[in-house]
Formats: sequence, C-alpha cells, structure tokens
Amino acid sequence: MSKLLRQSFVLLLVMTLITGVLYPLVATGLAQLIFPQQANGSLIVKDGKPVGSVLIGQSFTGPKYFWGRPSATTPQVDNGINSGGSNLGPTNPVLTDVVKQRIAALRAADPGNNAPVPVDLVTASASGLDPEISLAAARYQLARVATARGFGTARVLALVNEYTRGRQLGVLGEPRVNVLQLNLALDAEQALGAGSR
Amino acid sequence: MTTNDLLQVGLYLVVLLLLVKPVGSYLALVFAEAPNRVTRFGGRVERGIYRLCGIRAEEDMGWKRYALAMLLFNVLGVLAVYALQRAQQWLPLNPQHFGAVSPDSAMNTAISFATNTNWQGYAGESTMSYLTQMSGLAVQNFLSAATGIAALVAVVRGFSRRSSLGIGNFWVDLTRSTLYVLLPLSLLIALLLVSQGVVQNFKPYVDVPVVQVGSYAETVKNAAGNTLKDAAGHDVIREIPVTTQTLPMGPAASQVAIKMLGTNGGGFFNANSAHPYENPTPFSNFIEMLAILLIPGGLCVMFGQMVGDRRQGWAILATMLLIFIPLTIGLVAAEQAGNPAWHGLAVDARASALQAGGNMEGKEARFGIASSGLFAAITTAASCGAVNAMHDSLTPLGGLVPMWLIQLGEVIFGGVGSGLYGMLAFAVVAVFIAGLMVGRTPEYLGKKIEAYEMKMASLAVLLPCALVVIGTAVAVMLPAGVAGIANSGTHGFSEILYAVSSASNNNGSAFGGLSANAPFWNVLLGICMFLARYPLAIAMLALAGSLAAKRHVPESAGTLPTHTPLFVTLLACVVIVIGALTFLPALALGPIAEYLMSVH
Repeated sequence: MSKLLRQSFVLLLVMTLITGVLYPLVATGLAQLIFPQQANGSLIVKDGKPVGSVLIGQSFTGPKYFWGRPSATTPQVDNGINSGGSNLGPTNPVLTDVVKQRIAALRAADPGNNAPVPVDLVTASASGLDPEISLAAARYQLARVATARGFGTARVLALVNEYTRGRQLGVLGEPRVNVLQLNLALDAEQALGAGSR
Repeated sequence: MTTNDLLQVGLYLVVLLLLVKPVGSYLALVFAEAPNRVTRFGGRVERGIYRLCGIRAEEDMGWKRYALAMLLFNVLGVLAVYALQRAQQWLPLNPQHFGAVSPDSAMNTAISFATNTNWQGYAGESTMSYLTQMSGLAVQNFLSAATGIAALVAVVRGFSRRSSLGIGNFWVDLTRSTLYVLLPLSLLIALLLVSQGVVQNFKPYVDVPVVQVGSYAETVKNAAGNTLKDAAGHDVIREIPVTTQTLPMGPAASQVAIKMLGTNGGGFFNANSAHPYENPTPFSNFIEMLAILLIPGGLCVMFGQMVGDRRQGWAILATMLLIFIPLTIGLVAAEQAGNPAWHGLAVDARASALQAGGNMEGKEARFGIASSGLFAAITTAASCGAVNAMHDSLTPLGGLVPMWLIQLGEVIFGGVGSGLYGMLAFAVVAVFIAGLMVGRTPEYLGKKIEAYEMKMASLAVLLPCALVVIGTAVAVMLPAGVAGIANSGTHGFSEILYAVSSASNNNGSAFGGLSANAPFWNVLLGICMFLARYPLAIAMLALAGSLAAKRHVPESAGTLPTHTPLFVTLLACVVIVIGALTFLPALALGPIAEYLMSVH
C-alpha cells in the first residue's frame, strides 16, 4: 500500500509536468510560431489597436447596422466573459414572448418590411457571442441598411457577399455572413464616401 | 431532414470508419505484451518514468492490486485538483486575479474531472486561472482518459489470457495510454484547432471598444445590498453604458484537444464547444466530433485483435452503430422540424439555400442544424459531454435522444475505455440470456460465464441505472433540488433527470438552465459521479481477474457465435430493453409529456 502510494504520488507529479506544463507550452510555442493571428484571438486591428475579433460577435441595434444573433448573456448582451445561451426550454412561454419581442423590434426598425423573419435572427445563439448570421438573415436586413445609409442595395449586397463564407469543403456547417466585419466595412465605405464628397 | 443534413452525417460516419482500423491496430501495438516498433520507439522515456517512480514494469498485478493502484492514483488526482482550485489566488498564471473556488464547487469539479465526467458547475472564463486549467483540469483530462483505457485493456486481458493470475500493470497501461496515444494525438488536434481560430496563449484578456455603444439596465442597491424602490414601489433602475467588450484568452486549444479526445468534455469557456474561441468553424467542429469517437471506436478494433478474432471487435462496433445511427437521424430530424410554438408567428424556419432553418434557439449560425444535432448525439453517445449547442433548448424529442443515449449506460461508444468495458458487461449479460434460452452454460470468447461473472456484470449494468433513478427521486423530493430549475413544468423535471443521468454515467453535459452550482447539487452529483466511475470499474476488473484465471474452453456445436448479425441484434436488444424498462416511466414525465403537450 505505501509502495503503491509512493508510486502514485511520483507518477502524478511526473504526468503533471508532462501533460500539464510541457504539453501546453509546446502547443503554445508551435501555435504562436505557425498561426500567430489565430492563436491570439483573430483580432481585427485598426491603427495598431484591436477593435474586435473576427470570431466574437458584438451587439448592433441601429437601422444602419446589420444585427447579429440575439445574445442571452448577462448582464449585458454579447458579454465576452460570460458566454452561454438562454437555456430556455422549447415550450417555455418566456421563449415565445422573447421571440415575439425580437420580431417586433426588427419590424420597428424596418416598418415597410413584412416578410417573415429568418429564425436565426429571433433566437439566441448557444455562445451568446455568435459572430455570424445566415444568408437569409442578411438578405432580410439588406434594404433597411441600404436605406439608412443612403447606399444602393447592390453596393450593400456586394459587401455582404464579400464577408460570406460558404460551407467548408462544400459540405460542412452552414453558409454564413460575418456581422462585425460587414458592419466595419460599411462604416469604412461611409467614411470614405463622406471624405470624398 | 435536408439532403445536406444526411450528407454531413454520412460523411462523418465514413471518415470515422476509415480511421478506426488504423487507430485500433496502433492501440493493439501499444498494449501488446511483446516489445514492438511502437513501444521500442518511446522505450527510453517510458523506462525513465518508471525508474523515477520506482515502478517495476514487468510486475504483473492481480486484479485487486490493479484496482487499488487505480483508486489511489485517482484519489490523489482529486486532491491535487481540489488543492489547486483552492490555492489559485496565490499561484502564478492568473492574469485575471481569480480568487479561490468555493469548497463544494472545487470538490465537485475535482471529482468531475478525475472521473472523466467533466460536469461543470462553474464558468471557466470567470472562475479558473490558466494554471488551474492547464495543470489541474487538463492533466485530469489526460489521466482520467488513460485510466479508462488502462482498465479496459486489463478487462480485455481477462478474456485473452488463460489460467493467469495477473491482468497487467496499471502503471504501464496508464503511462503508455498517455505517452503513445493521448499526447501525440492531442498535439496534432490542438494545432489543427488553432489553425481554425481556437486561442492558445498566456495573455491577459483583451479589451476592445465596441462599434456601437450599448447599455443594460441594473437595479440599484443600497449599502445593505437591498434593492431600492421608488415612490410607486418599483425597483429603481439605472442604465449602465457598455463601451468595451472583453475578449477572453488563454491556453484553450491544448485543453480542448484532449477534452474531445479523452471524451472528457469540460469546456475551457462556459459555452464549451459553442464558444467561437473553442470551436470557430465547421471544420474545427468536424475535427472535434471525430476526436470524440476516434479512440472509443479504435478500442473496439483493438479489442478484436487482442482476443485474436477481429470479427468480435467489429461486431461490438456494429452494435453501437445500430443504435447510434437511427437515434442521430431522429435527433437531427426533430431539430430540423423546428419549434411548433412559433408556427403562428412571423418566423421563417424553413430550410433553404440561404438558411438552415429549424430550431435555432441555443445553436450557432456556423453549425446550423446538422452540425449541432450530430455533435449532440456524438457527445452523449460517448461520455464526452462537450456541447456545441445548448441541450436545454433542444426540441422535446431532440432533447430526449441525448438524454436516453446517456441513460443507456454510456456504452454506445461511451467514454474512452469505460464505454467498451461497459459494453462488454452487456455482452456477458447477452450471452447469459442466450444460454438460458437453450439451456447451456454460457461462454464468451472461450471463457465460461458463471455466477461470479454474472454478479459482476449485473452490478456494472445496474449501478448507473440505480444511481439515476434514486438520485432523481431525491432531487425532486427536496426543496434544494427543485430550487435549481429554470424552466417550469415537464421541462423542469427533464432538467433534473438529465443532470442526474449525466453525472451517474460520467457524461458531463447538462440541460444548462439548472442552477447546479449550489451545495446540494455539488454534493449529490459529486457522489453520483464517484460511484458511477470507480465501483463500476472495480467490478469489471474483478470480472477480468476471474476470467483471466480460467481455462480456455474450445468452441463446440453448442457455442453461440458472438460475431454474427444474430448476436449483434441480441446485444443491441439487451442494451435497449434495459435502458427502456428502467427509464421509460421517468422519460414519460419529462420529454415525452412535453412533446405531447407541444403538439396537442
């Protein structure tokens, strides 16, 4: 027994050094060497300062921005240090009420648009930080954003397409649009337009 | 179901089946008794470790010594993780200055990671320092997986050895699992995940300015912590502006890789594999799904090779797939059908070229329905418990599938090692039932199955069932248990049933609405996780010890062949009948009732 205990103790120590110190250090070293951009959070850098991450969604509510997936994080939405979903059950009346409120908010921002709302725009994401929306959700908001910015819809659609990613390897996952990148590009075009006028 | 849904499920199965054979053959070499090219390659490091620890590699342990070594090693692991969580505020690599974890939560988490469950009452990004994560939790990810593989290899030796007193050496099996299997595969998977965007660094969290300034409402409290009321009796509310977003960082990829590969499932971040920094693309998702079933599948092949009849391994794998595939398709179909509660609303949930449609509550846009549903089935078939969608928000039937996959005893692939030795217990029960039908002494793989073996196999099969049923009954009877419920009615009962099922089968996923980071839940689930892991493993080691000592009985005309479609069907039926008989009444009160009410 005491021999087994001593063997357990030393082996646990050795294994902690190998799998708990050496392994993460080697992984970090290789990751920083080969994929520094990804390993450090896929940050979007403007004028030398990080302004967001390609992978982490932010909250948008104005008519001139594309809105992302609803977020159920607390206390604020899209809270980077408290990821998670709503955990509302499918038959919970609260869920139906929240969905109704989201439809109403989208309609209020875009009074003329009576099309049914794509489901991913009225349901909270799993992480609360989903950076992307479906192509249908982008199409649904296209006219609103174009009008609010005084852009032609073709110009906005071109930007939507630029930040669209298809299924990986043609099969995996879903086609989707990156909301933060798209909105930053819209702001950049607007600033450019204002400057040249 | 859309064509792409089926295509994604099909592609996954094909790639998995292509990989299990090479992985299984490799595993057979790692645990072979004779030295070979694999064990010679790492021989120096291996021998160095043994010398340091005073381990005699050639010592052949009887089952009792093997079990004692396993238990001591694991209890020490629990204590180490507990100590690390309680002392993290004084230790390095804590850039966010997190304080000590509460005693009940720390004990729950320590048991959870040592037992390969990885139930998480805490939120990683706001609780655990980098050091706690990588040198406490991730170490147990490796060692609990290695413990499972070691115990399985010992059980298989019970069948393959003849008239032997020993079933192997726990230290050697554990060390080889870690060095030759888990470490190299984890490093490879970690780098693949980083290439897709999983973070891997030791930097403090990054603050970024948000593009559009937002705000949230907060109730105002006085110095005593009571909510202030205005003259009309309403809570006083103030708007807090949100001008920045904090991006979490850390050595995530290295931990995520082993959390999938070791069927541990404990997320680096709270949202687990739904978090874009933990699972950023559909390809990273595919890699993570493959990593979950790679070793459990490979071990079936290894089992066939070690007992000298490859068909035996394929038969077990076929049994698993026979149950896994229909349930997976059922889950994806239920989620694709969407939520009937929204039928009257102006919501477009039809699948099209532009959207996945279906029930997107608690799912990520990049995964849609197919990649989320498939992941949910895989993670609960195996005792992984990582999630890329919130199971609490699955449709009633979509949520029934993961819950039942867990309740079947985590033997449809199951945890690395533990899944297969669980399935072998069912196989022993199956040959016994077949023996009863024709009135012959049952045998399996050339070993007579007698009263002692049946007792141990029955114990292994029934223990998790009993834990689930009793634990759920206790939780619903006590106010402290019911207090954690987030959704009322049948779904609230499902939350409790799922939590106890998950802990009592070492899965670790949750219907996450349940507020389980409370002393009652931490203690109840801690006990369930511990009892489901070690007594069950010890029963199987006892079975192995008894079998190893037996002579080989040659096949006769009366022997039931155990590699045929007949046996595969029989074994699947035994698993399903035990799972259905035990849990149908409870499931009827939870997901089944909820389904009937939702479509009334």
